[in-house]
Amino acid sequence: MFDNVWLIPLFPLIGFLINGFFGKKIKNEAVIGGIGTLMIFLSFIVSCGILMQMIGLPAEQRVFEKVVFPWIHSGNLKVDMAFLLDPLSCVMIMVVTGVGTLIHLYSIGYMHGEEGFYRFFAYLNLFCMSMLLLVLGNNMLVMFIGWEGVGLCSYLLIGYYFHKKSAGDAAKKAFVMNRVGDFGFLIGMFTLFWWFGSNHNIWTINFTEIKAASHLLPYGGVVTVATLCFFLGATGKSAQLPLYTWLPDAMEGPTPVSALIHAATMVTAGVYMIGRMSFVFIKSPETMMVVAVIGAATAIFAATIGTAQNDIKRVLAYSTVSQLGFMFLAMGVGAFTAGIFHLMTHAFFKACLFLGSGSVIHSMHHALHHAHSHDDAQDMRNMGGLKSAMPITFITFLVSTIAIAGIPGFSGFFSKDEILWQAFSNPFHGQLNMVLWGVGAIAACFTAFYMFRLVFMTFFGECRITPKAKGHLHESPLVITIPLMVLGLLAVVGGYIGLPKLIGDMLGGIPNYFEHWLEPVFAQAHEYSTQYAHAGGHHSHSLEWGLMGLSVVIALIGITIAFTLYIKNTELPGKFTATFPALHRAVYNKWYMDELYDFAIVNPCKALGRFLWKGFDVVVIDGIVNGVANVVLGFSGIFRFIQSGLIGNYAWSMAFGVVVILGYYVFK
Amino acid sequence: MENLNSYLIVSAILFSIGTIGVLTRKNAIVMFMCIELMLNAVNLTFVAFSRYLGNLDGQVFVFFVMTVAAAEAAVGLALMIAFYNNRESIDVDDVNLMKW
Repeated sequence: MFDNVWLIPLFPLIGFLINGFFGKKIKNEAVIGGIGTLMIFLSFIVSCGILMQMIGLPAEQRVFEKVVFPWIHSGNLKVDMAFLLDPLSCVMIMVVTGVGTLIHLYSIGYMHGEEGFYRFFAYLNLFCMSMLLLVLGNNMLVMFIGWEGVGLCSYLLIGYYFHKKSAGDAAKKAFVMNRVGDFGFLIGMFTLFWWFGSNHNIWTINFTEIKAASHLLPYGGVVTVATLCFFLGATGKSAQLPLYTWLPDAMEGPTPVSALIHAATMVTAGVYMIGRMSFVFIKSPETMMVVAVIGAATAIFAATIGTAQNDIKRVLAYSTVSQLGFMFLAMGVGAFTAGIFHLMTHAFFKACLFLGSGSVIHSMHHALHHAHSHDDAQDMRNMGGLKSAMPITFITFLVSTIAIAGIPGFSGFFSKDEILWQAFSNPFHGQLNMVLWGVGAIAACFTAFYMFRLVFMTFFGECRITPKAKGHLHESPLVITIPLMVLGLLAVVGGYIGLPKLIGDMLGGIPNYFEHWLEPVFAQAHEYSTQYAHAGGHHSHSLEWGLMGLSVVIALIGITIAFTLYIKNTELPGKFTATFPALHRAVYNKWYMDELYDFAIVNPCKALGRFLWKGFDVVVIDGIVNGVANVVLGFSGIFRFIQSGLIGNYAWSMAFGVVVILGYYVFK
Repeated sequence: MENLNSYLIVSAILFSIGTIGVLTRKNAIVMFMCIELMLNAVNLTFVAFSRYLGNLDGQVFVFFVMTVAAAEAAVGLALMIAFYNNRESIDVDDVNLMKW
């Protein structure tokens, strides 16, 4: 089965080629959607086979490399189109193909009747192929192709409704901000290649070879430079401070895109990349600290913005940014397993939330359309009381919300609590660990608050659209609700493969399967971390229980506040904004981050561009070109009168010339 | 062939007459005939030298020149007829559109 790993990215590529080249002629939506879904489903089946085979192997044999073809062999640089299978990439292909299949299926219903249906599925397949290349690549260059490919597909799909200016702008913004990060990725890659090559004559960008040689890397120094560059790439792709502002705007794309690309898979590429190179990142305590601090800061920063947004998808977008912050926090404190675990559970519940919001928007749009109302179908202020009209959507949405809020028994609790515990207990950053934990806990409180605010505003209370429109509200078709139910189920049970040791012991010695699964991948990194981790990282069980209880209490506080504000005393939020208008304005306007970027970066760049255009290009460059032309024109203005058009003149001058030349030879 | 000079002198005179004709006359046909005269003056030189030096290269050349002159006459006369159809003139000063 391992040998067939190349089939996994190949199937979506075939789907892309069929739908991309012939989709316009096929026209039949069922065929187009069927091909797209089938292709990614075939990848899923192959992935399942690989997972099964890998489970059957002993832990130390769970690494397999498959060279599909030699790619670039030039001097010292040897790069193959090759795939790496290990427990980490196995988790990723399962998430990408599994969630991808469900979202493809969902899209058949959601995109029904849209112009460019075939285009959507072609892009979606292309995205899946790129993402699978990214996670399967056994060297940085293959990963980079995937890295760029998903960026391209993200651009294409955000700009799917390209006739809308806002969608085009959002697509460009996403692309440009990603490019800033990609530049960091490239520099990081060059740095490692150059350092290993020039110092140890190991010319490689292959992950396995770098891992084998990673003991040569110094702590800090050049590693800090390289990893910070890589981390810049991660902040761009995974929407972290300071490069996060593209993700909320990316909500201009169709909702399945938001679910697949901007929640479940692409934005987690940065987290995966750090996991893949954990043995390099761990060698730089400085970078680890930066990763943790940026992660925690993003988690709280985005969570605060999420509390004041009214667009249902924007709340989820800020929630995604915030949750990605949690993952980076985990990576930064050396809890790689917890980070990847949260990546997986987040993929389940956030995909479910986005698809649920898509179902709501779909229904709202339909209802408002029938009532000839021009209200915004995505604005939560127009919703309310949808739980009776859309029971399946409501239940799956509620389950996922409980999961993300961190209520025990649901997947989000296990992963988030693991991250908070590791942030507290991993002896990496000394006193900073307490701060990281505190910030994470407060962000978790905000998460519970804004997510339940969303649920209460959308599904509870009075319906705020006109009664006429209300009659048209209906549950979405099965093709939409089946993915919701599957993802909802996963959002509940997905966490049980990674039970914390504490709870597992209590339940009769259930091991933390997920941690054991990923142990061989991160063993090297953990070995290095012992070199500089502060001593005394032992904490009592009662402390762990206490913190676990505390995080539950924090989540409950967030839910209670949301309940008080949006169910019991619905006039309270209005009073609150009236009391603190400045605070509300600032949060509502996303802390004016877009304006700040416009002021600090975009406008200076524009001004520089305008100067180079008006000042340099028009005056200097055009001046030189036109000046040369004018000089030629001036001279030719004098001499052109020689060409009189009279044959006699030409004959005379010819004869004269002959005489002169002959005379020269005769008399010299 | 002691008197090569006489041939060359005749040839030079003919050539000069032709040149002066081309330079001074405006009628295209006259100019054309003057050019023929120049060509034949040169032919005379070729033949004279051929005889004087005792090899046939010069005479071969003359055949070429005569062939080219025949072709030239055909094309030239056709041009003049076409021009006359347009302008009712074969004065070369009327052929003056190609200028600055």
